[in-house]
Amino acid sequence: MLGRVRRALADVVPDERPYEEVVGRDYLRTHGRRSTEETIELLAENLADYRAIVHRAAAEDVRMLVMRLLARRGSQEMLVPPGLPPDWLAAADPVWIHDRAASTPQRLDRVGSVVTGCAVAIAETGTIVLDGSPDQGRRRISLIPDHHICVVRVPDQVVSSVPEALERLDAARPLTWISGPSATSDIELDRVEGVHGPRTLEVILLG
Amino acid sequence: MSGTFVGMPAFPEAARTAVGNATLRGNLRHATHTIRAKRARAVAEVSDWAELREAGRRIKDHTLRHLDRYLEQLEESVTAAGGTVHWAADADEANRIVTRLVKETGESEVVKVKSMATQEIGLNEALLEEGVHAYETDLAELIVQLGRDRPSHILVPAIHRNRGEIRDIFAKEMGAWGRPAPEGLTDAPAELAEAARLHLREKFLRARVGISGANFMVAETGTLVVVESEGNGRMCLTLPETLISVVGIEKVVPTWRDLEVFLQTLPRSATAERMNPYTSTWTGTTDGDGPSAFHLVLLDNGRTDTLADRVGRQALRCIRCSACLNVCPVYERAGGHAYGSVYPGPIGAILSPQLRGTASEIDASLPYASSLCGACYEVCPVAIDIPEVLVHLRERVVEGGPAVREGNRVLLKPARGHAAERAAMRAARWALARPAALRAGQRLASRTRRLHPRTLPGPGRAWTGTRDLPPVPAEPFRDWWQRTRGGEDETK
Repeated sequence: MLGRVRRALADVVPDERPYEEVVGRDYLRTHGRRSTEETIELLAENLADYRAIVHRAAAEDVRMLVMRLLARRGSQEMLVPPGLPPDWLAAADPVWIHDRAASTPQRLDRVGSVVTGCAVAIAETGTIVLDGSPDQGRRRISLIPDHHICVVRVPDQVVSSVPEALERLDAARPLTWISGPSATSDIELDRVEGVHGPRTLEVILLG
Repeated sequence: MSGTFVGMPAFPEAARTAVGNATLRGNLRHATHTIRAKRARAVAEVSDWAELREAGRRIKDHTLRHLDRYLEQLEESVTAAGGTVHWAADADEANRIVTRLVKETGESEVVKVKSMATQEIGLNEALLEEGVHAYETDLAELIVQLGRDRPSHILVPAIHRNRGEIRDIFAKEMGAWGRPAPEGLTDAPAELAEAARLHLREKFLRARVGISGANFMVAETGTLVVVESEGNGRMCLTLPETLISVVGIEKVVPTWRDLEVFLQTLPRSATAERMNPYTSTWTGTTDGDGPSAFHLVLLDNGRTDTLADRVGRQALRCIRCSACLNVCPVYERAGGHAYGSVYPGPIGAILSPQLRGTASEIDASLPYASSLCGACYEVCPVAIDIPEVLVHLRERVVEGGPAVREGNRVLLKPARGHAAERAAMRAARWALARPAALRAGQRLASRTRRLHPRTLPGPGRAWTGTRDLPPVPAEPFRDWWQRTRGGEDETK
């Protein structure tokens, strides 16, 4: 197939300029200038715009907030990534379920909630990104339960834009970018929230 | 491409039938107008849209012009990350590879992420012949599969169905495929989405093999990217033990950083969102997280033939956002099925005749399925000049000439059925090269103008079937110019 490609490109003069020079990248790194606080505000606004439920908490209040959110949801069990700060769940009632290699998807499907950290959050698009670090766990745990609580440390984990986020992320890790709860536009091109992923996404901005 | 579309009538016939269907026209009009307005708002939000579009164009153009280099680099990166790369020259080869890979797992069921490439090669049908059932898990693909229907849009394949029709399909068909639809299902979109969630969940949880496409492949890192909304993609990419991705060779981009362009332009162009709900990226396999075996099938199937065409190769920049479908006045009225391909609309009109060649009636007619209004070019996030390629392909259909098919140089014959047009053009060439003859002809035409028919007889009838014959002025322009010196002296 490479032979076919080369024959098809017989007319093309190779462009040996450095790649970045070819692309140019005249677009913006971030859209607009914002203070740190304004960036966090924008993140909260954009998360909410796509129907995530946003909370803010200081370090000493987070355990009570997590407890209240789980109690309101009524989950009997919650999935807990291996490296989640234990303090966040110190006051929570549901039984801790660890994601073991032997746990079948069917078993995880009976768990009501999951609590994770995140790798980075993007203010301009209202996106949180998980990269499978110990406080986030493997990909399936933030996928199967219907209720996902994600804790974002502000301002450290917040960036303004997509270019800034990609710069921070490691391509070798499996990434999941999440912008609001699962949705579809397949029926008459109108957005409906809630298909296969968690139908309720709660984001705690911690700090 | 897919066997599903074999024997399609030419676009004008198929479109005539479609335009007569009032329900279809209503559904299409509602959906395309909804998304059109939303997209315009989403694009207006970013002040550097033009620069993002230009960067996207340059990245894709550069990659295509050095495609051999980036494909080799991609193969190395994917292999180094624990994946296995397969090369498929055409649909049959790709289907054989995937079928073999599935059979080696011992499974007889696979779950699928929505993928244009696997539709293009007719993978589901090929798997079924070998006793493997492929379950589509995207909501719209599910609607199409349950309804034994064909997709009619790149992004929302069931755009031709309204909520009432979808309810009926779910109520009637879900039981035969797995968990039946809930009793008393209404046509509320939220209820329909819930029915799909319940129906598909048992399939996700027991699936051992997943099949996907990819929106992007990064040569530098070996990363694949799937952009989606519902979470069915995440299910298929994460839960099975074996993942097989079938991806067209034009989906490669050189660097990780290039994603910053397309992850901004694709969601806004496609579903008119700042960001789609879920984007998954994976690089080979990861210990203890997700599939333990990953196969990448790189698909040619007419892409290198398209690449050989200097004008037409820009079609390979396409990132399948479908913005061009949503703004197209022809698509809005004719719908997707009339295009006789999994790629409908303006992009389909330039992609299908290049991937498949212009030998069949439908493919020869597709370059004409356009008014050349240019709206598609204007919204394209990678600036594909679709009208330019359409005109170029019309020329190829009419005049014939050199092209590449299945890797071989061929000389295409001029199409039949354009004899009258060619004769008219020859006559025009003759007359325009002879001023005296042109003048005599124009004067004759002006004097006899009262006798001119409103439509042409004979072979000209096809031309005036959709156009008015232009009225001939009482005096030829050049006579008027000489008499009045360009209007300076109108009184003469």
